Amino acid sequence: MATVAEVTEVHAPAPGHKGLWSWITTVDHKRIGILYLWSALLFFIVGGIEALLIRLQLFTPNGEILSADAYNQLFTMHGTTMVFLVVMPLASGFVNYLLPLLLGARDVAFPRLNAFSYWVFFVGGVLLYSSFILGGSPDGGWFGYAPLSTQVPEYVRMDFWAVGLLTLGVASIASSANFIATILTMRAPGMTLMRMPVFVWMTLVISFLLLFSLPTITVGLFQVFFDRNFGTLFYETAAGADPLLWQHLFWLFGHPEVYVLILPAMGIVSEILPVFSRKPLFGYSFVVFSGIAIGFMGFGVWSHHMFTSGMGPVAEAGFAISTMMIAVPTGIKIFNWIGTTWGGRIRLTTPMLYALAFIAMFVIGGLSGVTHSIVPADTQQHDSYYVVAHFHYVLFGGAILGLFAGIYYWYPKMSGRMLSERLGKWQFWITLIGFNLTFLPMHMLGLNGMPRRTYRYDENLGFDLWNAVATIGGFVIALGVLLFVINVIWSRRHGEIAGDDPWDARTLEWATSSPPPEHNFDQVPLVHSRDDFWHRKYTLDAEGFLQQRDEPVGDWIPEADPEHIHMPSPSYYPALTALGMGIVGYGVLYQPAGFIVAAIGALVLMWGAFGWSMEPVTRTPEPMAHDDRHPELEAAAATEEVESE
Amino acid sequence: MAARVRSRLVLGAVLATIALAACGTEEVPQNSLDPAGPIARDIDGLWWLVFWIAAVIFVLVQAALLVSIFRFRARKGDEGRRIRQLHGNTKLEVAWTIAPAVLLAVIAVPTVATLFDIRAEPTGDDVLEINVVGHQWWWEYEYPEFGFFTANELHIPAGRPVNLTMTSDDVIHSFWLPRLNGKRDLVPGRVSNLTLFADEPTPDGEFLWGQCAEFCGLAHADMRLKVKVHDEDGFQAWAAGQAQPAVIPTDGPAAEGWEIFKLVCTACHPVAGTEEAQVRLAPDLTHYGSRSWFAGATFRNTTEHLAAWLRNPGDLKPMAPELNDLAADPPRILGMPNFGLGGAEVDALVALLQSWE
Repeated sequence: MATVAEVTEVHAPAPGHKGLWSWITTVDHKRIGILYLWSALLFFIVGGIEALLIRLQLFTPNGEILSADAYNQLFTMHGTTMVFLVVMPLASGFVNYLLPLLLGARDVAFPRLNAFSYWVFFVGGVLLYSSFILGGSPDGGWFGYAPLSTQVPEYVRMDFWAVGLLTLGVASIASSANFIATILTMRAPGMTLMRMPVFVWMTLVISFLLLFSLPTITVGLFQVFFDRNFGTLFYETAAGADPLLWQHLFWLFGHPEVYVLILPAMGIVSEILPVFSRKPLFGYSFVVFSGIAIGFMGFGVWSHHMFTSGMGPVAEAGFAISTMMIAVPTGIKIFNWIGTTWGGRIRLTTPMLYALAFIAMFVIGGLSGVTHSIVPADTQQHDSYYVVAHFHYVLFGGAILGLFAGIYYWYPKMSGRMLSERLGKWQFWITLIGFNLTFLPMHMLGLNGMPRRTYRYDENLGFDLWNAVATIGGFVIALGVLLFVINVIWSRRHGEIAGDDPWDARTLEWATSSPPPEHNFDQVPLVHSRDDFWHRKYTLDAEGFLQQRDEPVGDWIPEADPEHIHMPSPSYYPALTALGMGIVGYGVLYQPAGFIVAAIGALVLMWGAFGWSMEPVTRTPEPMAHDDRHPELEAAAATEEVESE
Repeated sequence: MAARVRSRLVLGAVLATIALAACGTEEVPQNSLDPAGPIARDIDGLWWLVFWIAAVIFVLVQAALLVSIFRFRARKGDEGRRIRQLHGNTKLEVAWTIAPAVLLAVIAVPTVATLFDIRAEPTGDDVLEINVVGHQWWWEYEYPEFGFFTANELHIPAGRPVNLTMTSDDVIHSFWLPRLNGKRDLVPGRVSNLTLFADEPTPDGEFLWGQCAEFCGLAHADMRLKVKVHDEDGFQAWAAGQAQPAVIPTDGPAAEGWEIFKLVCTACHPVAGTEEAQVRLAPDLTHYGSRSWFAGATFRNTTEHLAAWLRNPGDLKPMAPELNDLAADPPRILGMPNFGLGGAEVDALVALLQSWE
């Protein structure tokens, strides 16, 4: 391993970086990223416990561990949690932490908006989970099909779901706008679009996907909430409503959302494979453009979730073909990843094992996805355990394994210490085996006729064996996750010191210290090529083979005053604004008295937004002295752009 | 490392073998891979075609990945290995873009053809029409040709098409009888069709199994389907019997049951041939005694089950009758309440219901 400098200790955090208040008021993208990651890990454990309870109930036929009511709440919350409170914020955590570092920037475009996104996400998660103690959690499925979701307005459960998702949607919209602005405006000099890391490209794609798809579910959620609370008739079939409207609105969001969940993992894998193969990504432009193609085509396949709903064979044939077509760009990515490893020198480190397993498992999920486009076959598979198997191969075998790869890869950068490789490899094999034990049998269960979302099944249906195997597999996964948690916590204090560049990596985040200083780079890099950091260390010999440089090279843009780099000040207004949103959310759940609470929440929200917009952006004297010798930096900071081009 | 990967391969192979061995076994009554009619057989054929294509691609891709890992993995002492820095290969890219596209186009042809086949409504004089209404959490069947209603247990003839015309009274349900056809949703305010065609009658005492496949609330798991396939004579005989009005008993415990029935049950349950029981909000009980299954076709229609049900329906099946609103338009029915019937009353009602054969 090429260690740039001898590092024997991890930096102590800068003054003013300790204590709860510093976390609440931080606008540092790295700390916000860490908040996202820890929150997502917490929800991952909660969602996993829900899954284990579900699996325990299904361990034997006619299980009696859970009531039907509890079961319905748990599978609804398991799905909602894993999608909105685990995979999305995990990806968001990586994007937050890494985006400016990968771009050679000092922060995101709108640091306080970034903090606001996190706190709204946090409030939305708390709101959803508080339902467990406030009358029962949502029980109509994460997809909330109307008119089931509007049927019992007496219970507040599905109101929690609607308000919770609306709140989380605000967080996603804000961060998407922020990421797009960051990518388009904050790149280091020389970082052209086609020199950006693939992870950044995928972030750009998912940000646009969210920006365009969230409005449709927002409309739908408002309709459901209004039907339940204000007597509107959007989904009242007796008044002539058509419940398929909800399905269209939901899946027009829901399918792009699937790509929102998987593309970040694809981006992570596209960063990791080249590093541990010592080769550049094979077919960079094809990987990038296939990601963009998936983004566009992702808006044209939503009705394949509705092949049994009665759209008619013409529409079904159209969506079948568009669904098949989306397999083409997905296949391109897989072939290019294998091409990246081919002919390299593959180091089977823990992040690499996860990245390779991601490919292997995602292929299975991708192929079973193609079988869903075969409409006649899909009429058998739809809403059966076959579908459960399929999307767990995509979302666990794909997204979660990819995100695990990312955690093992970037943990040293974030903490300054390595995760234990020994524990990591144990966790890898246990998780991989447990995963396949859990979800491979579900293909059989589905084809053998077991429908989803059923809290019990008879003993003479032939479902016993595979359900038992799946439950055992679930607990094997849990063991793997336990090892992971131990590893993360143990390594924070006892992990091997990482140094700046422990993996001999390719991208700019490894050019700064681990963990990076608040301002990321002492000097902003001047970028000359894709994988610029790699080319600072390596060159090609006359025959095109890799050759290490005698001395690392590289251009940096000198700071006018390296002692005083201006960063945006901490602010409690983003968190206050988010708190206001949460109070409004609770208020509207309990009308009519709650309207008073909602009004108070609206005032808090306005207080936060007003204070935020009037707040000066200059930094308080700690830790760096206020400095007025550089009016141009002041001006830049005032627009929240500390980029110096 | 290599040993670990090998053990993983062995495990995968074992699992795959078990999985294949389990396909189409007899004791799986809801098995979509065990078709019992031409429509399900078409779907099954298409499935296996796509399965084997997918299996070949699976093997090729995983093999390429594993070969790359084994061949190019780092070994001790080869840190200086010379690595050519390939950035891509346009010919390869074009090839692996076009090849899958062509393959998918090939799959698309039988997909679309089969799709239009299975969606076509059957025509001809021999089609049996049945109207299906989905309710939380039971099925209502009307045989317009014969003029009667029944519930949960569907009876059809073998050897000719049955056209189900389906809708729902409350939320979305989905009719799934895997051995005869794929599933089809029952959407309130909409009408959908599903064709069933069974090759052969089911043996005595046996049924085709299915269940509701669209999550429809609390007792979704207990909204099941049992289908009896008769030969033509048997079907005609069954239908003729069902078309008869119920006989009101005049003496014995069944007559006592009728007095209780009039007070308690007629608010929701219809019985043909009576003046008292004409509200159609719950399963038609005209020939309840002839059925093998009840309560969403979840339980065998035995004396013990029926008595337990009448004592407290919630003991057998999760429901939410506290949310029933019979005055609403449309009425909201989420299950049968516990009427607090005593032992004698239960026995009398059991006698009544069993007398309606």
